[in-house]
Amino acid sequence: MVMAAPVSIESVAARLATVHDPEIPTVSIVDLGLVHDISVAGDRIAVELLPTFVACPALEVIRSSVADALVVLGRPVDVAFTFAVPWTTERLTDAGRAGLRRAGIAPPAEPADVRCPFCGSAQIAMDSAFGPALCRSLFYCRGCRQPFEAFKPI
Amino acid sequence: MTDDGAFQPLAMDFDGAGDGRERALALLLLSMADDEFVIGFSDSEWTGIGPILEEDVAISSLAQDELGHAQALYRLLADTVPDGRDADAWAYDRPPEGYLHARLLDHPRGDWAATIARRYLYDTADSARLGALAESSHRPLAELLAKIRREERYHLMHVETWLERLAEAGGESRRRLVAALDAMAADAGTVLAPLPGETALVRHGIVAEPFAAIEARWRSGVAATFARLGLPELPPTVAPDRARTDHSDVFRALHAEFTMVRRSEVGATW
Repeated sequence: MVMAAPVSIESVAARLATVHDPEIPTVSIVDLGLVHDISVAGDRIAVELLPTFVACPALEVIRSSVADALVVLGRPVDVAFTFAVPWTTERLTDAGRAGLRRAGIAPPAEPADVRCPFCGSAQIAMDSAFGPALCRSLFYCRGCRQPFEAFKPI
Repeated sequence: MTDDGAFQPLAMDFDGAGDGRERALALLLLSMADDEFVIGFSDSEWTGIGPILEEDVAISSLAQDELGHAQALYRLLADTVPDGRDADAWAYDRPPEGYLHARLLDHPRGDWAATIARRYLYDTADSARLGALAESSHRPLAELLAKIRREERYHLMHVETWLERLAEAGGESRRRLVAALDAMAADAGTVLAPLPGETALVRHGIVAEPFAAIEARWRSGVAATFARLGLPELPPTVAPDRARTDHSDVFRALHAEFTMVRRSEVGATW
């Protein structure tokens, strides 16, 4: 019988970096700050994730994407969501913030500090704190005259 | 109010009743989950018919948040009451009289002014309740609420803006708002009415103080806002010992609606 090679935390993390937010394909769940804990015990891999919003409807999609991404490691995988610490926008990495801008979404900031993701203008106005997803607000840029979304600071 | 009485017919018999901690915790979780579920489902009926597009999106977001909070609270409840029921079973498989939401939420969503009045009274009271639970000794609850409170901040900002807008607009807006507040004011305090077993909740550090103290603080905050806006003072709660029972026909109709899919194919996964 051939023993499977040991699985390192790093190899799990590297696979997780390939999983993207289902609605924001330019940002990985690692850069979004969703990964709370990775553990490898015995022959099982366990991943704990933090929901951005409690009612986020993308959670089940993310859970199955994570499980799919780890299949190549050849171990049973447990993916769980936890509220052990609250997900906050400070958890976004710089790469995550850049990825949001590439998707046309302003990174989270207090309304006065939001900049247009398209032209960088500060001449912006919030149309509504509530946007097309729980995590986003609606803004309008007077510089390039385009509506845009901003990630809610939370 | 004694620890037994009005709620006894709900017969929450389960292991671990012990010195009353588990039962009191279960009643707390169930009352909070039912509050969030009922207002969330009721407000979701505005989706598609909100007064303006931005508000349609906003009220739908608020409703979605509340349903998510309810689901998370029902899960904590399922962990506390080891009788095999999952979050969906708690949400959908009880008769109307088994729900423990506050009587304030038995009022219909009505017109837009009624929806705003109900949401203002509920969100401010809920916020006071969440504050008293922030340092809860029941760790899973404290962790969940640390998250929920960050989201509810947006709810408060939004509904306070609307309350001011309707109150200060004068004319029909103000008339409708005052009429809505008048219709539900006597039930406003039901969200913070004492719970059976709250002495155990306080003793075990699950909630920081008795609900009467939370309610007093909430009332003084609302009174200041209402005085500034020239709105009538809130009267005391009528029949606080039945604050979460004796539900209305409005709720029975809502219950029939939100259980319809679940009842249509028992045991199906949706």
